[in-house]
Order: sequence, then structure tokens, then C-alpha cells
Amino acid sequence: MTMVRDGARQCMAWLHGWTGLLLGHILFVMCLAGTLSVFKPEIGRWMRPEVSGPADPSRAIMAATSWLSANTTGSTGWYLSAPDGRSNTVDATYDSDGAYLTKSLDPVSGAPVARDTLGGEFFYRLHFELQLPYPWGRLLASLAAMLMLVAIVTGIIAHKRFFKDIFTFRPAKGQRSWLDGHNALGVLSLPFHIMITFTGLLTLASLNLPWSITAAYGDDVMTMYNDLTPGAVSRVASGQKAALAPIGPMLDQAQRYFGAPIGRVYVFNPGDKAAVVTLYPVEQKAIGYLPAEISFDGATGKLLKAWTEKRTGVRAYQTVYGLHMAHFAPGLTRWLYFLGGAMLSLAIATGMLLWVVKRRERAPLSMGNRILERLNVGGLMGASIGMAAFLLANRLLPLDLAARSEAEVSVALWSAGGVLLVGLILPPARGWPLLLAVLALCCATAALLGPVWASDPVLMTGNGLLLATAAGLALIVWRQVRRKPIITPTRRRMVPA
Amino acid sequence: MTATPGLDRRKGRSGWAYRANVALRVLAGTIGAYGVAALASMALTRILPFSRVEAVTTATMIAYLVMPGVTIWAFLARGPWRALAGVALAALLLGGIAWLAGQPAA
Repeated sequence: MTMVRDGARQCMAWLHGWTGLLLGHILFVMCLAGTLSVFKPEIGRWMRPEVSGPADPSRAIMAATSWLSANTTGSTGWYLSAPDGRSNTVDATYDSDGAYLTKSLDPVSGAPVARDTLGGEFFYRLHFELQLPYPWGRLLASLAAMLMLVAIVTGIIAHKRFFKDIFTFRPAKGQRSWLDGHNALGVLSLPFHIMITFTGLLTLASLNLPWSITAAYGDDVMTMYNDLTPGAVSRVASGQKAALAPIGPMLDQAQRYFGAPIGRVYVFNPGDKAAVVTLYPVEQKAIGYLPAEISFDGATGKLLKAWTEKRTGVRAYQTVYGLHMAHFAPGLTRWLYFLGGAMLSLAIATGMLLWVVKRRERAPLSMGNRILERLNVGGLMGASIGMAAFLLANRLLPLDLAARSEAEVSVALWSAGGVLLVGLILPPARGWPLLLAVLALCCATAALLGPVWASDPVLMTGNGLLLATAAGLALIVWRQVRRKPIITPTRRRMVPA
Repeated sequence: MTATPGLDRRKGRSGWAYRANVALRVLAGTIGAYGVAALASMALTRILPFSRVEAVTTATMIAYLVMPGVTIWAFLARGPWRALAGVALAALLLGGIAWLAGQPAA
């Protein structure tokens, strides 16, 4: 019996290795970006230091809609997120003259803020769209998540001493240390890893597993969406112009209906006689995503429909969705999400390294594994440095630069690409310390170039975290460099201490 | 550096038989697992005694749990053909249920 179980365990270890390796670098990007997205509003605040102080949600929405009314033409929709205790701008996505724009609007003037940046939205989008065109990014992310789910389950089965490993770490012992680290990272927050992967897959369900929709509705997807959100009001533009009714009374009425502050405001066909204003409450009161909505006639301000979700099946789905988004999470829970995400990112990274370390200790590496070894340097460091470079670009690029927010993204992607190349070219023993040092430098510079002693605690915390990361990385680099004063490029490299 | 006897599987790991074995299991564990999950979601959607949209959300959530289960089973099955046959059988069964149940009326 034990023989069979050992065989099965080995088989699972094999499957764990391959499913983890296959899209491991992409999973690392997704995980790291997702981890940062937990603090999406805070990152936005850090990246827009000129916007100061807390903002009143209602007044900010009023300012935003009046600015958009005056400064957009031919819009089909404005999608606004109200500021809350965390974000202090109105995050707006809208179209004007056929161009789709994402801007952060000043809570007082309603105009786009001076420092044009995607802010935390960059990490959020990267997390599930991977900077690829629709639907390919989301499909690739789905595929990676499916592999991850298998990797997690096989990892659990392959595991021998589940709870003992939580407390096991034998440093500076080559493969053993990497394995201990990988195990501890994986096991310590295992429930989080399972939850986040499962719920993550579910957020893209309509794309990656739409077959239940087909089974119930056939081709009639519109009816499905109407059933899913019966509170939605959709009206075709009439073509007749009509000014938007004052939005203040709608906000008041919506707040009374929700018993909670306004989270988001969508204006469909603004400036048209058939305009619709739909409001959603903040998501901080419950885990469920979109638990209620209320719609008004945009031209007259009259209530069209108010709806609160109460159906068990839909609430269950929304709860699962909400668990992934973590909008509900209060301070401490949010940090636990961040910590869980960071541990998962590190579990992926150590897993990728372990693949190579394990093989290197047994025999000289094959060509494929030698490439993988360098791909690990380039990929893992490229993702990290790219993200740090995004923050750095935010501090360095001039405010009046045309298409500034796109330029920030370009800096991030080109740095990641450059680092990938460096990682492939340099021997790993040189590549690691060099690129880790670059990452440390990027983090430190990003913190020191901005307002270091700001009055906003969010900015201070951001700077503190960046500096702490830089210090931690610097320590690792220092130890790496000290440990190997002479790098011997022997072919038959054995255990690197 | 310690190589336990069980880990040294060099002999069993080369040759076309091993490769074919892995390839067939991969087929069963990827496309097969996805297919079974998809059909499970379809069958469940049509038999769950909920409203249409609630059946859709519930069935989809359950189907995600099916997928890794099938993948793992495909690699644990006694032989590659058994893995494929098992997946095919599950697909046939679930597809049959979905087909028999028919698309629910509005």
C-alpha cells in the first residue's frame, strides 16, 4: 500500500513541477501585479501626490460630471468610481469623439489631475490582461490560473509532512533550503492560495467556462445578462440632446436607498434625452460584488429602477467574486491579502528556482535547463524591475509630456524587456546580484525622488515600504557578492553553497 | 546530493513508450479535463432545480472543482488508455445528461 502511495506521490510531484513551470513566469507576473493591486487606491494616491487630502464622494462626483459634460462630445458612457477613505480622486473611464480614455479626475475641479498616470490601474489590468489585447490576455491568464489550481492540488498531495514543514527551514543548504522555503511559503497560507486561484478563475468565468450559459440560454447571452442583473436599465440613445439633470439629488436618493455611500456612478449616453444614470454602493460593507443598483433618467432625474440582489445562487457567485476583489477588506484583512499574495509570488519564484537547483545538484544542466536558469533571472527580475520602473517613471517623466500615462507603461514594458535580455545574456551568478541591485536602486530612487516627507500617511507608508524593500534587496545582494568573491565559470558547477 | 532509490527513474523516463504515455495523459488531463468540466457545468445547469441564471452561476462554480480533479486523475490512472477512456466515459455520461435534460425554458 505504501509503495503505491509513494508512486502516486512521486507522480504528483512530477505533475506539480510541470504545471508550475509551464506558465510559471506569467503566473509570477500575475501574482505580483495582483498583490500590488490589493493597494490599488493607495498606489494611485502615491502616484498622484499633487492631489491632497481626503475628498467628499458626492461633491467629487458632481465636479466630475460637470467637467465631463463640458469637455466630452459624443460619449456613449462615463464610468466613474467615487473617492472613498482610500482613493482621493474620481477614477473615470469614458469616451469622447470615439477615443476611450482612463483618467483620474480632481475631486474639487473635476478636471484630470496634473500627473497623468494609470496609477494602480496598471497593476490591476496587468494582473488579468497581461498587457495583451482582448481576449488573449484574459485567456492566457485563465490558462495560467487553471495550471496553478492543478499545481496547488498536486503540491498538496505530493507533500509528505504537511505541518512539520511549516516549522522547517534549513538555510544555506542548496536544494534543501529552497525546498524548505518553497514549502513554507506554499503551506503557511495555503487556504489563501487555493481561495485566490479558484476565485480568480471565476472572475473570468464568462470567458473561460461559458458553457453553462450556452446550456441554459443557447446563443441568447443578452437574456442571461438581463437575468443576472435585473436592476440594469439599458436604453438606446434617442439622438435628441438634453442636458444632464443635477446629479446631487440622485446621489442623495441612492445613498438613502443603499444605506451606504456611493461607490460607482455610470452615466450612459450622457447629453442625450435617453441618458441613464446608474449608481452602485461602496463595496466595503459586504463581500458580495455589486449587491445593489439604482438607476435614474439622466434628463429628468426621475427614478427608473432600484434593485437589491437577494437570490442565493447569484449572491453566492458575487460573494466568491468579491472574495477575490477584496474591496470589502478592512485594514488588517487587506494586509493579509497583500501578505498572502506576496507569499504566493515568492512560492512561484522559489518553485521556478527549485526546478533548476534540483537538477543542477544531480547532474550538469541540460541545454533546456540552462536556458531556463537564465530565463528565471530575466523573467522574475524583469517582472519586478518593470513594475518598479513604472513607479520610477511616475516620478521622473515631466508632467507636460504628451500621452504621459502611456509613456509610463512603455517605460515599464521596455525595462522588463531589457532586463529579460540581460538575464539571458549574463551568467546567472552575475545576473542575479546585478539585477537585484538594479531593483533595489529603482525602489529606493522611486521613494526618494518624490515628496519624501509628505503629510499624507499613504505616501509615507509607500515610501517606507519601497525603502524597506530596497534595504532587504541590498542585504541579499551584499551577501551574494560576499559569498562568492570569485566567480568560477566551470562547466561542472556543483552545489553553490 | 542524496539520491534515494525511488527518485532515480532515468531508465523509465526515456523512450517513445514513456513519451506516448505522458502525451496521452496530458491529452486526457488538459483538453479532456476541460471538456469534462464544461460538460459537467452544462449538465448541472440543466438539472439543478434553480432559476436559469442561478443554475448557471452555481454550476460554473462547481465545474471549476471538477477540472483539477480530472487532471490529477488522468495522471494517477493505471494506464494512459485507461485515463483517456475514463475521461471519455465521464464526458459521455455528463453530455448525455445535459442532452437528455434539454435546454430549460425561459
